Amino acid sequence: MSDDLETLKQDTLSALAAASDLRAWDEVRVATMGKSGRLTGLLKGLGRMSPEERRLRGGALNRLRDELSRVIAERGQELEAQALNARLAAERVDVTLPAAPQPEGTLHPITRTIEEMSAIFGAMGFKVAEGPDIETDWHNFAALNTPAHHPARTDQDTFYLPREEGQEAERVLRTQTSGVQIRTMLSHEPPIRIIAPGRTYRADHDATHSPMFHQCEGLVIDRGITLGHLKGCLSDFLRAFFAQPDLPVRFRASYFPFTEPSMEVDIGWSRKTGQIGAGSDWLEVLGSGMVHPRVLANCGLDPREWQGFAFGMGVERLTMLRHGIPDLRSFYDSDVRWLRHYGTSPLSPALLHEGL
Amino acid sequence: MKFSLSWLREHLETTATVEEICARLNTIGLEVEGVEDRGAVLAPFRTARILSAEQHPNADRLRVCQVDAGEGFERVQVVCGAPNARTGLSVIFAPPGTWIPGSDITIKAGKIRGETSGGMLCSLRELGLGQETGGIAELPDGTVVGQSYALFADMDDPVIEIAITPNRGDALAIRGIARDLAAAGMGELRPWQAETVEGTFASALTWADTFPEACPWVLGRTIRGVRNGPSPEWLQRRLESVGLRPISALVDITNYFAFDLGRPLHVFDVAKVGGNVLTVCRGAGETLRTLDGGEHVMTVDDCVIADANGVQSLAGIMGGEATGVSETTTDVFVECALFEPVHIALSGRRHNLHSDARQRFERGVDQALPPAALEAATRMIIDLCGGEASEVVSAGAPPAWQRDARLRFERIATLGGLTVAPDVAVTSLERLGFEVRSRDAQQVVVGVPSWRNDIATPIVLDQARDLPPEQAERAAQGVRAVDAEVDLIEEVLRLQGMDAIPAVSLPPLSAVPVAALTSAQARVAATRRQLAARGLLETVGFSFVSYEQASAFGETPESLRLLNPIAVDLDQMRPTPLVNLLNAVHHNAARGYPDLGLFEIGAGFGAGGQRQIVAGIRSGHSPRMPAHPATPVDLWAAKADILEALRVAGASMEGLSITADAPSHYHPGRSGTVRQGPRLVLGYFGQVHPALLAERGIDLPVVGFEAFIEDVPEPKRRRRAPPNLSPFQPLHRDFAFIVARDVPAEQLLRAVRGAERNLISAVSLFDVYEGDKIPEGHKSLGIEITIQPVERNMTDADIEAVCARVIAAAKKTCNADLRG
Repeated sequence: MSDDLETLKQDTLSALAAASDLRAWDEVRVATMGKSGRLTGLLKGLGRMSPEERRLRGGALNRLRDELSRVIAERGQELEAQALNARLAAERVDVTLPAAPQPEGTLHPITRTIEEMSAIFGAMGFKVAEGPDIETDWHNFAALNTPAHHPARTDQDTFYLPREEGQEAERVLRTQTSGVQIRTMLSHEPPIRIIAPGRTYRADHDATHSPMFHQCEGLVIDRGITLGHLKGCLSDFLRAFFAQPDLPVRFRASYFPFTEPSMEVDIGWSRKTGQIGAGSDWLEVLGSGMVHPRVLANCGLDPREWQGFAFGMGVERLTMLRHGIPDLRSFYDSDVRWLRHYGTSPLSPALLHEGL
Repeated sequence: MKFSLSWLREHLETTATVEEICARLNTIGLEVEGVEDRGAVLAPFRTARILSAEQHPNADRLRVCQVDAGEGFERVQVVCGAPNARTGLSVIFAPPGTWIPGSDITIKAGKIRGETSGGMLCSLRELGLGQETGGIAELPDGTVVGQSYALFADMDDPVIEIAITPNRGDALAIRGIARDLAAAGMGELRPWQAETVEGTFASALTWADTFPEACPWVLGRTIRGVRNGPSPEWLQRRLESVGLRPISALVDITNYFAFDLGRPLHVFDVAKVGGNVLTVCRGAGETLRTLDGGEHVMTVDDCVIADANGVQSLAGIMGGEATGVSETTTDVFVECALFEPVHIALSGRRHNLHSDARQRFERGVDQALPPAALEAATRMIIDLCGGEASEVVSAGAPPAWQRDARLRFERIATLGGLTVAPDVAVTSLERLGFEVRSRDAQQVVVGVPSWRNDIATPIVLDQARDLPPEQAERAAQGVRAVDAEVDLIEEVLRLQGMDAIPAVSLPPLSAVPVAALTSAQARVAATRRQLAARGLLETVGFSFVSYEQASAFGETPESLRLLNPIAVDLDQMRPTPLVNLLNAVHHNAARGYPDLGLFEIGAGFGAGGQRQIVAGIRSGHSPRMPAHPATPVDLWAAKADILEALRVAGASMEGLSITADAPSHYHPGRSGTVRQGPRLVLGYFGQVHPALLAERGIDLPVVGFEAFIEDVPEPKRRRRAPPNLSPFQPLHRDFAFIVARDVPAEQLLRAVRGAERNLISAVSLFDVYEGDKIPEGHKSLGIEITIQPVERNMTDADIEAVCARVIAAAKKTCNADLRG
């Protein structure tokens, strides 16, 4: 290698070494390989040489060009890496700082329970029916074989509203959602399978009674429906709801004006631990029975042709049992701590295929 | 209804245990509410005698006693602290391992101050039976040692309490319970027959009945020469076992029959009755002082019993003080009547009087029993109080209670789901007292017993008014055909036990169930989830609030004010759940949680009726963060909430507009109404009115919204056209328009959007500015439009043309000028 090439090489190498950032590096690159760079100038000079000289010098120049290209590129990468490292070091933050909080909303446990009931009964072919909270005396009582003097009415402390002008019907806050059953029988031809969840009201207020609470009633009307179906349907529901395929379920004869025969339904639990399905005690959870022929006839159905069953259960009560919630009043307290504790995520709705 | 096992056994011959009896009662519809078995707790306690009592060597107040407690405990040393522990005393001894109910400890053998003690001598308080008496219980001298104390004290008689459903008046009698148990296979019902007492003279008092609708039949007789002292111990103990206080023999006898036969009786002191006729009649405004000391004004709807001095008894519910028996009574008149249940129920409710008599009459008593019951009561009075009985006097006539009911055997299976052999069914009914009138292979016709007022009752229908007449009549005929039969099926089934019926899952209506929710219900569910996903906590509030609070939120018509509220602050049906939500903010802030978001989906009530309202509220501030100071909640959060609620409910967002006219519970300048078209209002949002917050003492920023998602038009279920995914780059252009300050931004955005529908795919507002360089009374609105070329890339001229149309539309609609 001739001296001038060696000089160029050494000059370039030392300039590259001295370049401490990409800008200085780029100056070196341009001064060497740029349009008017030293190496470019030498390459241009080849054209003026004799073929023999050109062959000798051309080979050397090409080798030098390859070598310088490589070292310049390498140095460039090195400086880029250094620059990136410096930037990364400068950009370092305290990653333990909090992310912007996303407040988490929840669904009320009453909502959740009604959704679960809808899902389970829905799988058995029931539809969800609704009705008004303010009912006429007829829809809430008389149609249900509970005339004004009936002793059952003294058991229910009913809230009354003033009569509306020009109307003779007495108005009450519904004590049960049975009015929805009456409306359904009047507006739909059997077969009927409905549940009627909703707000109900009784003039009672203490640790275990609330003047407003929720009930979920059900009605099945068809040909050939028997007490056996009532037992099967409610056992199926309770075992799905409490997620215990072997939950003990007991049926006891009872009385309601709107059903005959009537039954109360108990589930097994332990009085001591409160655990559902364990222990040797029984806990009443439901009232039920075959729809009374008089109720069918009040709604225009001939009891010789149609029969079926009805049931009713307390939504809060089942919720309290399922989740071990101790105090009924806390349901309506709107205490944010309670709502966050017992509320459920809106992103896991009650879907049978995802599991309740 | 309470009864003791020994009393039950007076009527029921059985070897069943208490547990077996309780289990069967539950099965047959007489729900056991509790069993009080003091005997079980007291079983380990034994009678004993102190053989010797000496001073404890190491303790002044203790004695060392040698005790004989019978077999296995003939000589036990017991250290005792009672001052009355003395040689020869008969006592109650608890061996080691006994649980002491009065002090909740279990006795252990051990040493007390160095002396062994192998048990405990007990006071009655320690047995849970009495008050502290300052020492151990002293039993009578000569008490045989080693007996069970429960047996010795006659406390081994369990008391069972059952709930009586309103239909089962007959089970308000211990004999009725015994009959049910016997029919259910728990033993044999013992025969019962009253011994007739011949009257030897004419009764001092006679009956007149002017109110036969309320009292069809009334009997009575005088018994003269009685001595009314305390009743004998067996009777006192019986009454105490069912929770009654013994008063005097005559009163106790009436109470005894109320429980034993379910047959209320009343006794008048003949000497205190004015005249010699007792008249059953309507009340007429008289004041009666009843035996419980209360005063009641009789109405014409009350059935009363009057003498020459006035009203002496509220018939079938409670007697009057003036003619009640006392220790000086020598002549007594016994009343035994039938009263019509509805009259009794209404009278009792009217006067708020509860009694064992009312409880029985309003459910219906045995209609054939009065003559026999009167004889039995007479017999017992003469046995316990002496005296001599008059002839029986009466008014009215025995009612025609006899009626038949038919049961087709196959219906037990086709309604009840249980196959029961006809013989079994008929035997069950017979054991309950039904009499077979006729029977063949298919059916049986039975006579209903006089005490079953719940079987084959007169059919009362209250059919829907608008039923077609033939349909109503056919249904009514159907009831007449099957009503009593269903009564009998229930009797047969409950005696078999409902658990005997095989459970059958409902047959599916379709292989895959159809949706349980209507689309409207599903929209509510989705809206609820969306609001929770936005960070709001769902609440449930009472549908009634205080009238004062309600009136700040909307109309509060008189027709929505409860006639009998449970509390003064729960008397008005709420116009909106926002009332409850604001209360919740207040309560949570008071508990130290002011920064929150809540929502409720529930009914609001107004003159137009009930409507479902989705209401939400946010209060307080955002959390403080590095570089993000806490900011107060503002109406934009509420606006975002309501628009998201409406979007998820299916509202067409393009069709919505906002007007500044929300109701008065919102800040008038910082609230809006969400509309679709000119008439349909879908909700309100904004800051809650500061005056309302001040009134409630809420010192926080609060915003809220109310949405009416039932009114959101149901989305069309058309199949949607595929989207136009243009391959050409969209372009963005910014404009700054100057408009009058009162021009709503939404109006300008809408105008710009409409300027070139095919090409402008989006319009957004990025700036609002008032002040320097903007004319007075005007504002500058910065708008970005997105132009999405559809068929080809756009030339500069094309873009210019679009921009020109935008400027022209802004000018035309809003008188907007491009900012220079």
